[in-house]
Amino acid sequence: MGRYTDNPAAIAGLVRGGEVHRDTYIDPEIYKLEMKHLFANAWVFVGHESQTPGKGDYFTTQIGDQPVIQVRHTDGEIKVLYNRCPHKGTKIAIDRTGNTGKFFRCPYHAWSFKTDGCLLAIPLKKGYADTDFDQSEAKAGMRAVGAVKNYRGFIFARLAEEGISFEEFFGNSLSSLDNMVERSPAGKLEVAGPPLRYMHRCNWKMLVENQTDTCHPMVAHESSAGTAVQIWKDLGYTEDDPKPPAMEIIAPFMSPYEFFENMGIRTWPNGHGHTGVTESIHSKYSEITGYMGSMIEAYGEEKAKAILSENRHNTVYFPNIMIKGPIQQLRVFIPLAADKTLVESYIYRLVDAPDELVARNAMYNRMINAPTSIVGHDDLEMYERAQEGLHSDGLEWVNVQRLYTEEEDYAEERVENGTTERQMRNQFDAWVKFMTADMTAKEAAE
Amino acid sequence: MSVTRDDLIDFIYAEARMLDEGRYDEWIDLWLPDGHYWMPLDYKQEDPLHVTSLLYEDIFMLKLRVERLNGARTFSQKPKSRGHHVIQRPFVDEMDDEAGRYVTNTSMHYVETRLDEQQLLALTAIHELKLVDGRLRIANKRVDLLNCDAAFGNIQLLP
Ligand code: FES
Ligand SMILES: [Fe+2]
Repeated sequence: MGRYTDNPAAIAGLVRGGEVHRDTYIDPEIYKLEMKHLFANAWVFVGHESQTPGKGDYFTTQIGDQPVIQVRHTDGEIKVLYNRCPHKGTKIAIDRTGNTGKFFRCPYHAWSFKTDGCLLAIPLKKGYADTDFDQSEAKAGMRAVGAVKNYRGFIFARLAEEGISFEEFFGNSLSSLDNMVERSPAGKLEVAGPPLRYMHRCNWKMLVENQTDTCHPMVAHESSAGTAVQIWKDLGYTEDDPKPPAMEIIAPFMSPYEFFENMGIRTWPNGHGHTGVTESIHSKYSEITGYMGSMIEAYGEEKAKAILSENRHNTVYFPNIMIKGPIQQLRVFIPLAADKTLVESYIYRLVDAPDELVARNAMYNRMINAPTSIVGHDDLEMYERAQEGLHSDGLEWVNVQRLYTEEEDYAEERVENGTTERQMRNQFDAWVKFMTADMTAKEAAE
Repeated sequence: MSVTRDDLIDFIYAEARMLDEGRYDEWIDLWLPDGHYWMPLDYKQEDPLHVTSLLYEDIFMLKLRVERLNGARTFSQKPKSRGHHVIQRPFVDEMDDEAGRYVTNTSMHYVETRLDEQQLLALTAIHELKLVDGRLRIANKRVDLLNCDAAFGNIQLLP
């Protein structure tokens, strides 16, 4: 126990207006408290239902630091269970995906559980006959998380039994997920292959903040996007020549500040927000033959055009994911330690849309977010330098003050200049709220 | 001109040395214009296009990748990474003299280092080579990392 445990005032003191104390990024005690309070009380993305399409299909992942299993129960519903045998603790499944049939069977002593976690059988059960086994913690079987919501195929969970409802937590921010799903003429997405897995030696919040950091692309990515634009020019092409898909993806990273100012940022309560209100770096992708036609057939012309005219850039669902509606990408930020974050980047196929769309998503994913991606190298270099730099005792605060005003009210949905750091401040407002909501101040000990 | 097994094997060795010595202009020049360098994300992956790969790059992207390494503002290469291949004698899997098309399969250990970090990757490289105007060229290259589905930090050079 250190200075922040059971000390909501100290936690709240780490965020002051446009500044955030470095302990939020580097202190292991803060990381532990984030797992215990923030990640337990917020709604956290787990997986997509198409990762577990059939009964008994499962997928293993983490909610914060908690290993969990997403599994399709015999009734067709998706359950999220702690990945821990109630007997001696053995993890029930360790492969990333699989099918367990009608029940899980622990490999150590063969206790078995229904796919909703209930204890099914114990070998040689008579050994427990006169032991008050009914009073044990183990008799309930594998424990399920507090609450699960399947929102249009996206599975979210809240570890805590009680707390904020899914609808209240996300509110109007669900419009970004809606738009991504509605881009399928069938209103349905399917995961396309396994995710990229990219290890970052930095705090998870640096990644979440970067998603709406519109003042870094033209600087940090000058090395990759700037070089691409230069090679393109050297080949004799101009701005207006039709670009191959790779250039369509990378060139907009070099857009000037003015472009990012004008594209706008919208913030919603509880730490959610997105860049690209009016347009974005995804707006100018060329049309794919047959797609608009099938959208009009599915939705009618007016609605189809409305769906495709949204070009939201990055939507952050605080705390742990970012989605890109126009290219059906979702990135999960899995916090492993104060200075270690695993980023998994998924893409989805729009059901009933041409294959060229998912091909573009795959290209974007590998060009921008792979451990082998030049754009990824630009970003990770900055995060890791920041993580190391924050250990300097020269200064204690991180600055997130761009376009800050004292009257800011994060409970209010707002659209602002696209270079504001309001969304980062909005995240920290939610951070304090969920860190301290179920933290009781200890008596001042003397 | 006819191509011998030794020609193919020497070609693979020479390519690895070019990469390790950072002779990227020469390396790019080995490629045929419509070639692709593919590094799958999944074990035994078959489709490079509709699911994610670690790399699937045409000549434009490969040029961009190697040109960036020397850029004035390429901060992830300040200081630079160094790469090193140890390769086993390539298997020559296909030799079609008539079509001028050859396929080799080579096991390698690749080490990449920067600052105080060093990582080791085991991989199999499959080269599709073509004889064009009396010169062997790379038509396509596929690099399968043994642990392709593991979580990696940066891999900045070309395994
Ligand atoms: S630890 Fe699972 S059955 Fe014993
Ligand atoms: Fe970036």
